[in-house]
Amino acid sequence: MKLSGGDLLLRALKEEGVKFIFGYPGGAALHIYDSIFKQKACDHILVRHEQGATHAADGYSRATGKPGVALVTSGPGATNAITGLATAYMDSIPLIVISGQVQSHLIGTDSFQETDMIGISRPIVKHSFIVQNTQDIPRIIQEAFHIATTGRPGPVVIDIPKDKTDPSKLYEYKKPKEVSLRSYQPRVSPHPGQIKKACKNILSAERPVIYAGGGVILGNAHKELMALNKLLKAPVTNTLMGLGVYPAKDRYFMGMLGMHGTYQANMAMHNADVIIAIGARFDDRITNTPSLFAPNARIIHIDVDPASISKIINADIPIVGQVKESLNALIKEIKRSKIKIDTEALESWNQQIAQWREKHGLDHELYLKKNKSQMILPQVVVQELYHATNGNAWVTSDVGQHQMFVAQYYHFNKPRRWVNSGGLGTMGFGLPAAMGVKLAFPKDEVVCVTGEGSIQMCIQELSTCLQYNLPIKIININNEALGMVRQWQDMNYGGRHSASTYSDSLPDFVKLAESYGHVGMKVTKKADLKKTLDKAFSMKDRLVFVDVYVDPDEHVYPMLVAPNGSMKDMWIKKNIKA
Amino acid sequence: MKRIISILIENKPGALARVVGLFHQRGYNIETLNVGPVFDGTYSRMTVTTRGSENDVEQITKQINKIIDVIKVSDLTEGEHHEYEFIMVKFKHSEKIQKILKKLNGKIHEKHKHAIVMSAWGTSSDIEIAIKTIGKANLFEIVRSGSIGLHEGEKVLKI
Repeated sequence: MKLSGGDLLLRALKEEGVKFIFGYPGGAALHIYDSIFKQKACDHILVRHEQGATHAADGYSRATGKPGVALVTSGPGATNAITGLATAYMDSIPLIVISGQVQSHLIGTDSFQETDMIGISRPIVKHSFIVQNTQDIPRIIQEAFHIATTGRPGPVVIDIPKDKTDPSKLYEYKKPKEVSLRSYQPRVSPHPGQIKKACKNILSAERPVIYAGGGVILGNAHKELMALNKLLKAPVTNTLMGLGVYPAKDRYFMGMLGMHGTYQANMAMHNADVIIAIGARFDDRITNTPSLFAPNARIIHIDVDPASISKIINADIPIVGQVKESLNALIKEIKRSKIKIDTEALESWNQQIAQWREKHGLDHELYLKKNKSQMILPQVVVQELYHATNGNAWVTSDVGQHQMFVAQYYHFNKPRRWVNSGGLGTMGFGLPAAMGVKLAFPKDEVVCVTGEGSIQMCIQELSTCLQYNLPIKIININNEALGMVRQWQDMNYGGRHSASTYSDSLPDFVKLAESYGHVGMKVTKKADLKKTLDKAFSMKDRLVFVDVYVDPDEHVYPMLVAPNGSMKDMWIKKNIKA
Repeated sequence: MKRIISILIENKPGALARVVGLFHQRGYNIETLNVGPVFDGTYSRMTVTTRGSENDVEQITKQINKIIDVIKVSDLTEGEHHEYEFIMVKFKHSEKIQKILKKLNGKIHEKHKHAIVMSAWGTSSDIEIAIKTIGKANLFEIVRSGSIGLHEGEKVLKI
């Protein structure tokens, strides 16, 4: 049977296992939308803004490990998808964005709703395609999914001129049995010599640290990481993107590292003699000043992307390979090796870390303590949330102080449960991402922890949540200010709060939630926090927006001292350096 | 230090832009750029010259390698290599310019009352020196192909 371009597209998506398309129609995409109407394999989720579509598809992908798909029209539809593409690109998320384009003969004429999507998305995609022949659509979709999901994953754009989906022009559905691209061979196996060298260094280390990032999650290698540390018993830290890949409850877990990492994790990194970096990229939010980074450490760096190795910090032992395969090779080599771990040295190293934790570690029992003020501390909101959800929720966040508080105080024990925009730091990510997660796991608890600043950047998606009955719980940590901006202004700009406050013009979030057909709750007193959260989570089939007013003066600590600081240089409390 | 980077890439629309864009995106400059289809025409060979430390160039080549359409990348300056550049010059009758270009395999293509058109080729450092010596006097215009090059010996950018 011959099919139109739109039908070819939908069949190709079905064959890739696509369950949801997050999208927004418009002129150039209308033929495709007609094809969507005629099929049942993929559910279309109508968002309220294309940014929401990309973040929802991205959230779906982060939670499931499968590529998320967004569909937008040409021109403004395409440009609205840019922030979502950049977000996915920075965190290496397999995201497929299909954009309608004006008809081929109109390209380049400044026609209505025309924009050069391939051009404007070029620096923020792993690859992009423009459909020139309709019969290529199945092959292009197949290649796009292959590219998005293999090697270091990333977003792919497919731009389809409207005439290529003309319903009156029909073609055979044909695609190759498997993808073969002469310019793209992403499979790389770790070099056995490098594995041997790494093993030798690891086993003779006295102060080793495992520094694991989002790459371990993307590479589905959490079990291998656990197995490795069963052998090593080394302290482990996770990046913001890696949280959950190593269970927070494990005794060797030190918490997150970096800008707002724990005291013990940052101290351990600074004082380590061997750092085993796995699927992490020595981001500037981790290393602080690169020249002062971990002065006595040999760096072993495992990454599937050779360009991530020795980009910021020179790797003494680079290992280019899939994380899973590399860890398995390393485990095998360690088991085979005759070098004995210096257990005495390791024991005193773990004790040293325990002492650091004792001295300046995070207080995970803050919620139990009484303080004079009636104000709710934002950290306590996260702790209460953790208990209200038994630590089992999928948690998305936006960007700012609330994001850091979740990273510090919600203990993630499983990979993928923590969904946030780490690299790009995109406000407005949390709610649409939660929609993607909820669609993927409708029976599970999905929470969006946000702030009154971030939530207003994609608030329109409350309407989508009503249409598709997505009972997400939104915890709005409301400090009536752009908290992280204000924190920097407090610390570096003499407390001059330039354009970071708006307390006299905030919406009534309870009424706002209600006007979208949801439940709104407001908490201002400490005594009401727990019971309000319990009540919210007892409403299983409703979206509940919990607006929690918190102490507006609270800062996120620890915080690395910058500029010119190393990882051991931290603000521990207001005006107190460690 | 000057670097010559050789790239074998799919001859597809937009492929060139991906490479050129990457230089800007990652904060590097392109000094010269040469590109043309090779083999059966489905491939293009690019030569880019840039300046940077060894680390810079390692980063650039790694990043270029990540472009899906790129088949092979190599830093020619890493080892022994051949490198030449071709120029065309239009100038007012001038013995001096003719003499300079003759030394660089110069060839006269057109000669009439007002102007002479000549071509020449040589290593880019010879070309640089020639351009400096020619100066602005009597010169109408000049166009450069940008460096092209190959590894010495058996080393090739294989498909």
